[in-house]
Amino acid sequence: MNKQSNVYTIIYIIVLVVVVGSALALTATALKPLQTDNANADKMKQILAAVHISTDAADAKADFSKYITSQLVINEAGETVGDNAFDISVEKQSKAPAADRQLPVYVCTTDDGQTKYILPVYGAGLWGPIWGYVAFDADGSTVYGAYFAHQGETPGLGAEIEKPAFSNEFNGKEMIKSGRFVPVEVVKAGQKPANPEADYVDGISGGTITSKGVGAMLDNCLSPYAAFLNNLSNRK
Amino acid sequence: MADKVNLKEVLFNPFSKNNPVIVQVLGICSVLAVTAKLEPAIVMGLSVIAVLAFANVIISLLRSTIPTNIRIIVQLVVVAGLVVIVDQLLKAYAYDVSKQLSVFIGLIITNCILMGRLEAFAMGNKPWPSFLDGIGNGVGYAIILIITGFFRELLGSGTLLGYQVIPQWCYDHGYANNGLMILPPMALVVVACIIWVHRSRNKDLQES
Repeated sequence: MNKQSNVYTIIYIIVLVVVVGSALALTATALKPLQTDNANADKMKQILAAVHISTDAADAKADFSKYITSQLVINEAGETVGDNAFDISVEKQSKAPAADRQLPVYVCTTDDGQTKYILPVYGAGLWGPIWGYVAFDADGSTVYGAYFAHQGETPGLGAEIEKPAFSNEFNGKEMIKSGRFVPVEVVKAGQKPANPEADYVDGISGGTITSKGVGAMLDNCLSPYAAFLNNLSNRK
Repeated sequence: MADKVNLKEVLFNPFSKNNPVIVQVLGICSVLAVTAKLEPAIVMGLSVIAVLAFANVIISLLRSTIPTNIRIIVQLVVVAGLVVIVDQLLKAYAYDVSKQLSVFIGLIITNCILMGRLEAFAMGNKPWPSFLDGIGNGVGYAIILIITGFFRELLGSGTLLGYQVIPQWCYDHGYANNGLMILPPMALVVVACIIWVHRSRNKDLQES
């Protein structure tokens, strides 16, 4: 058979691609459940990190159901519209207009019986997406803890947002000032925030764009919760 | 290939005398990217060994059937298929590491070592020597990755595989981690130092 003929070449490549393609499809389908489990466990781990509970992949599920006592989905007016917060894509919601968003809330009961509200955030850093979880005390204003993660920020610079040294700066910051919701700002060390009322944390030297991204993300993703947090604050 | 290939040389030459990274200077890009910590460096090394060995065997088995004018495409399809399988396996069984390596596993496809070995060796040799050649070159690559990762993590973060190895009293006495080690340029410098040491011990590799 002439191995240089066009017919042979075309048939050869078609057969090869079909074989490789089906091998890949098979692998992907077979491993899908394991991968989804991993991704979910990782998400639970991140949510719990916002309330200073560290867990590992094996215990994530058990710890998550132990501490997260309920999940809510609310709208901008603060009304509950659902209860399956975990399956909501924060990425999609963060790009929708505030009035149309479905806003997930994870209600957490800590070991000492206090209630914390964990809100997810999602935004853009320098090289790719950044996301995180911010936990509020029951007063709806004080930040109890925060967790940030990123896909590909510069190691040593923007990537520092995932370190406790950065996220712990948020602990104890107030977001409700005289009845109005004012998100925490991230500013360059030594400077004052744009809104003089706002509490602020220091950004990361050399990671300016990522730091600004965190600030913009908090503003964009937490502002729609204003009504919900205000309600909590008034109930106190 | 009329000459009988020396299996021992095929396997062990790439470790040092003909190392793909420090002698042939291939695959440098991924050395820069994944060696800031030791663990991803090890996983990356293992992934390349696996992909290279299997791709070499598959191409070697197919070598007499592959039409010459599309041989590069055939090699790419095989490599890409294997890389995606490795990526999926990591996501299923080593999720944290796969998160750290993110796109770099996918970029194994473009690693020059792979195409180089497939084109230069597997296209002209039987499966068993090709398998050894793949293992040899993969290990040669992994060694450099691990040495680089070892020094960058030790000096840049004071840890190894995530465990603190530089004791606290060093920090108390004014020692500081060298943040520069974490940044990609220092990978080049570390690799250059490895090449320096290697050349000074192997005079025959020195160019005049």
